Amino acid sequence: MESVIVKDLSLNFGAVKVLNSLNLAIDKGEFLVLLGPSGCGKSTLLNCIAGLLDVSAGQIFIDGRNVTWEEPKDRGIGMVFQSYALYPQMSVEGNLSFGLRVAGTPRDEIAKRVARAAEILQIESLLKRRPAALSGGQRQRVAIGRALVRDVDVFLFDEPLSNLDAKLRSELRVEIKRLHQRLKNTMIYVTHDQIEAMTLADRIAVMKGGVIQQLDTPQEIYSRPINRFVAGFIGSPSMNFLDGAIADGTAFKAGGLTVDLAGYRFERPDCAGRNVQLGVRPEHVAIGDAAAAMPYNVDAEVEIVEPMGSDTLVWTRLGGQGFALRVDADRNVRDGETIRIGFDPARASVFDAESGERL
Amino acid sequence: MDDTVLNHAGALDTSGPSGPRPRRTITRRNVFLYGTLLVIAVYYLLPLYVMVVTSLKGMPEIRMGNIFAPPVEITFEPWVKAWAEACTGLNCDGLSRGFWNSVRITVPSVILSIAIASVNGYALANWRFKGAEAFFTILIFGAFIPYQVMLYPIVILLREMGLYGSLWGLVIVHCIFGMPILTLLFRNYFSSLPEELFKAGRVDGAGFWGIYLRIMVPMSLPIFVVALIIQVTGIWNDFLFGVVYTRPDTYPMTVQLNNIVNSVQGVKEYNVNMAATLLTGLVPLAIYFLSGKFFVRGIAAGAVKG
Repeated sequence: MESVIVKDLSLNFGAVKVLNSLNLAIDKGEFLVLLGPSGCGKSTLLNCIAGLLDVSAGQIFIDGRNVTWEEPKDRGIGMVFQSYALYPQMSVEGNLSFGLRVAGTPRDEIAKRVARAAEILQIESLLKRRPAALSGGQRQRVAIGRALVRDVDVFLFDEPLSNLDAKLRSELRVEIKRLHQRLKNTMIYVTHDQIEAMTLADRIAVMKGGVIQQLDTPQEIYSRPINRFVAGFIGSPSMNFLDGAIADGTAFKAGGLTVDLAGYRFERPDCAGRNVQLGVRPEHVAIGDAAAAMPYNVDAEVEIVEPMGSDTLVWTRLGGQGFALRVDADRNVRDGETIRIGFDPARASVFDAESGERL
Repeated sequence: MDDTVLNHAGALDTSGPSGPRPRRTITRRNVFLYGTLLVIAVYYLLPLYVMVVTSLKGMPEIRMGNIFAPPVEITFEPWVKAWAEACTGLNCDGLSRGFWNSVRITVPSVILSIAIASVNGYALANWRFKGAEAFFTILIFGAFIPYQVMLYPIVILLREMGLYGSLWGLVIVHCIFGMPILTLLFRNYFSSLPEELFKAGRVDGAGFWGIYLRIMVPMSLPIFVVALIIQVTGIWNDFLFGVVYTRPDTYPMTVQLNNIVNSVQGVKEYNVNMAATLLTGLVPLAIYFLSGKFFVRGIAAGAVKG
């Protein structure tokens, strides 16, 4: 059963169309991540679902109820903001209970819910403190707690981890995942960080220019991106793109390079003769003996080596174009060295050069 | 590791400068700077000194003409006379009447104008209703209309409302004329608060007044103090509206001061005049001294931005 349905939603700021006839259905208990670069409309969409922005057209349903015209408090949502948005003059306890006090919830019920949220988030010892006396991670926990006490079905997260340092971010990421496992609520999570999206999501909606480009499981989005934008946005380091054309049936030709795409699953049959881009993920490229076993392999000269600790990024040229590959850190690859590299075209992606669509 | 550091140190000449750089206090720059500041301070403090000294002298001493000399015989007679006995028109009960009139004008004017302006500013900053921009533009335009243009129309308005000559009429006038600048002040301050706080308040179910009273106001003490200072000093020091919109028995302190000092009959009692002036200036001075810290902080926090 669907928990949140967005139907033909449009939102204009004056003449600027931020969202255009957007449709989205989110299952009960699903963790959906809205992913995209700044200005793609992902936060706007979340604000529309929360009721903080009035929509220009379309409808929003939460738990089967049309909430398009309802106030945020009546929609059955809790929201966590990037800047935490804790009320600075209230204690942690005051922050957690504010919504319940406004709603006139009985005192013992408030105490019970605050205690439960504090227990889940392990902030019991902080209840009497002011937000100013908390660290970034603790503040974000309190912000999540504020959504938790509302006892709602849908949680909305607006880039909740973006203000934290890298270490805290990965810790809280795991905690949010744990929270979702425990509560089984529907969660909608906005981020521009693809790692957060990949690790947390049941499904990811990749957005660009107010349009959902692809809505699918993280694995599917990673291995079969629907267009060039999604392919380049997901994955770090990002995918290699080689400009070329399809010739002789299923062969990809670029410069002096010919790659047989026999193993590749084309989305449509009429691809011969088209100008295309061949996308290969750096982590799918093998070197040395492993490369020789790949359906396609070739010698390449190493240009630059970027050691990253866990592995090493090696830049070479293929058919006159830059090409990166990820190798084990133990492999001592040096600048100027010639290495054998290879990849499996079945795991690659082919995009139309003009439209950027997957072929 | 430690060894290599020490070895390096051994090879270096470490007898040179070490630690904080010494600062000389008497430099040409400092002499000029503090000299200038001193001269300016004296320039501004001298009149105050003359006032205080003169107000503590008796008339015979003043007639000797040494205005800078400290009093030979300190007397508080002029202060008592200025407060309780000086004559303005028919009344001879000194400034005390004007003082209480000023209090009765200032307190409601300040409370009312700040209450209205802060809600105005909050609505303009956070609830962008239709026509908010136009409303704001018109309001700010009001700040540029010279008072003189409005004096007589307002006399007629107050007369028609039956408030002309009463303290409440003057209170309303002060509220209206304080509105543009105060609204601007509050709007800019509320705009500088994070918008997500406001959103969080809405998700938590607080309405227009709930968010204003329970989230915004408790966070905005500095800007309320700034508004308080601006309004108290402005309204207390006002002379024009006071003289136009009140009657002699409701004159504020400033108008009464003018009547005492500028009376053309009899001997000019300089000591009484000085004491009366100091008494009138005491309230704004006290406000500045008590809240100067907040004033700077609030101006820095809200008024300049936006």
